[in-house]
Amino acid sequence: MEVSVKKRLLREMLFARRFEERCYEAYVERKIGGFLHLYPGEEACAHGVLEAARPGRDYVITGYRDHVHAIKCGADPKEVMAELYGKETGSSKGRGGSMHIFDAAHRFMGGYALVGGPFPLAAGMAKAIQMKGDDDIAICFLGDAANNQGTFHESLNMAALWKLPVLYVCENNLYGIGTRIDRSTAVIDQYKRACGYNMPARQVDGQDIEIVYEAAREAVDHVRSGKGPYFLELMTYRYRGHSMSDSNAYRQKDEERVWGNRDPIVILRDRLVEAGELTLEDFKNLDTEILEEIENEIIKFSEESPDPNPAELDKYVFADNDPWVRPAANGGAK
Amino acid sequence: MSQMMFWEAVRRAHDEEMARDPLVICMGEDIGVVGGTYKATTGLYDKYGPERVMDTPISENGFTGLAIGASFLGVRPIVEIMSVNFAWLAMDQIFNSAAKVRYMSGGQLEAPIVVRSPGGTAHQLGAQHSARMEKVFMGIAGLRVVTPSNPRQAYGLLKSAIRCNDPVFINEHELMYNMKGEVPDEEYFHPLEGSEIAREGRDVTLFGYNVSVHWCLAAAEVLASQHGIQAEVVDLYSLAPLDRAGIKASVSKTHRAIIVEEAEAPVGVGSEVMAIINEECFFELDAAPVRLSAANVPIPYAHVLEKAVMPKTDDIVKTVLKMLGRG
Repeated sequence: MEVSVKKRLLREMLFARRFEERCYEAYVERKIGGFLHLYPGEEACAHGVLEAARPGRDYVITGYRDHVHAIKCGADPKEVMAELYGKETGSSKGRGGSMHIFDAAHRFMGGYALVGGPFPLAAGMAKAIQMKGDDDIAICFLGDAANNQGTFHESLNMAALWKLPVLYVCENNLYGIGTRIDRSTAVIDQYKRACGYNMPARQVDGQDIEIVYEAAREAVDHVRSGKGPYFLELMTYRYRGHSMSDSNAYRQKDEERVWGNRDPIVILRDRLVEAGELTLEDFKNLDTEILEEIENEIIKFSEESPDPNPAELDKYVFADNDPWVRPAANGGAK
Repeated sequence: MSQMMFWEAVRRAHDEEMARDPLVICMGEDIGVVGGTYKATTGLYDKYGPERVMDTPISENGFTGLAIGASFLGVRPIVEIMSVNFAWLAMDQIFNSAAKVRYMSGGQLEAPIVVRSPGGTAHQLGAQHSARMEKVFMGIAGLRVVTPSNPRQAYGLLKSAIRCNDPVFINEHELMYNMKGEVPDEEYFHPLEGSEIAREGRDVTLFGYNVSVHWCLAAAEVLASQHGIQAEVVDLYSLAPLDRAGIKASVSKTHRAIIVEEAEAPVGVGSEVMAIINEECFFELDAAPVRLSAANVPIPYAHVLEKAVMPKTDDIVKTVLKMLGRG
């Protein structure tokens, strides 16, 4: 990986970390409502995989921990934050919230809040790609616990059966909400479950972005070359609770310390420092620059944006003026 | 106009739309090589191939979700769920993904899928193959629900549903696929909203939908020929949204309303129509509206019990006579 790319990825991951931490603060300040699921600790997963793909062009879908994936696909962080603020300028015009970030222009096809819901949707997007004959692929990011849903099995079966161009990325952070994987799941290594559907699969370290990137390149190449789906498992850890309503009391301090010492941002930063490509001073300046950007542009934009208009409450329930719903006399179906 | 069976009308709509648009596909259990349990996709597999006429695994939530994901990218899937009982398994994707995606994305995505499925009670199919689920589907914002009562509607509603940009659930009936009726020879699109007057009358309105329209028509015939009563029969082919204006117009004319439904009474079409009558034209009423619904039991197997569940022509006739003070 080129040094310039590593430096850019370091900035992107640090930005993601600071963005999420600022979400936390805004939530505590009650600027953000609902449920809020944050990504710190898992940054190398989204960034490593999507760096190996074509963010903005390949179709990406995920669960409710979705802010960082959306931004990496090209969503404007101002609009993502404004969505969390419930503003009309938000990426989903304030109708979605944290768990439902969408940016169709950048082919970020959404965050979905039913665990396992995106598995078949991703297979369907891949079906559409296959029909159109494009060389795009569909990428579905979900956590380990989603694999205990029926949709996992139904979708992997269909994706393999029809050789659909979909990459399933399992961000294995070891917990399904507050239940540790060995207490909920008979098979701990998630990549082994894909073998049941004759799907190539691999498990790698999700904290080292260079490892993620290399594994993802292989996976993306496989899928893009028309060989069918692929399952990539990334071993990772979230540094916060499942959501903001989570006391995080179910995890052992020792475990948190071990994973805390494998911070994806620190791993990449130290590697660049050791190679003489970056100083700690540079890193500190980068951090300051990011914090200022978040405060002066993103938060400012979100604070100053207008609320949605209650008079438009039922906008977006149905298509506007669809002719097929009305009688011919009314300019509709005939 | 030519006579056509219900299944032929459904098949014709598939065929015309698939010939027109290569992004129209259909999928479901046994719809391809076998041609569909009720023959609605007969011959399409040979004509359009396995990529567009997809025999699916028995994974209702999975393949419905797959159809929805494909529709995000402009594909127009027609999903057949072999029996509406199995649609329970696909509820998650229909409700949580298809019905909500336009709204929760602020209008960025849409899910223009059609899900067709036969329901109702048929020939002793028992509790788990005799569901009447329209009441469940019609309460979900973002989902359109239509239910054809004849081959013309079956053809025209499916044509419009395929082209509509909203998700549409089409509630068909296991016993109606061999029903014959007239269908226009030229291409015909039936509006997805509204209602139809199946028989004009002035003394009482009988509201029906799908199979119960025929029960109402049979009762109206008896009322006319034996009692000199002119019952109006309104076909509520659109269950979501219900035709408030059509309900109001008919009740304002006849001043009496009976809703006949194949489903159990609680939280159903009948309760919804009664609420609309209350809201729209309460002071037009000369009598309290009545629901004639199925007994609130799982559908039994034994023929005599199965028959006892449903309202019959005679029940409708008696209810009308009582309402008019002639019972």
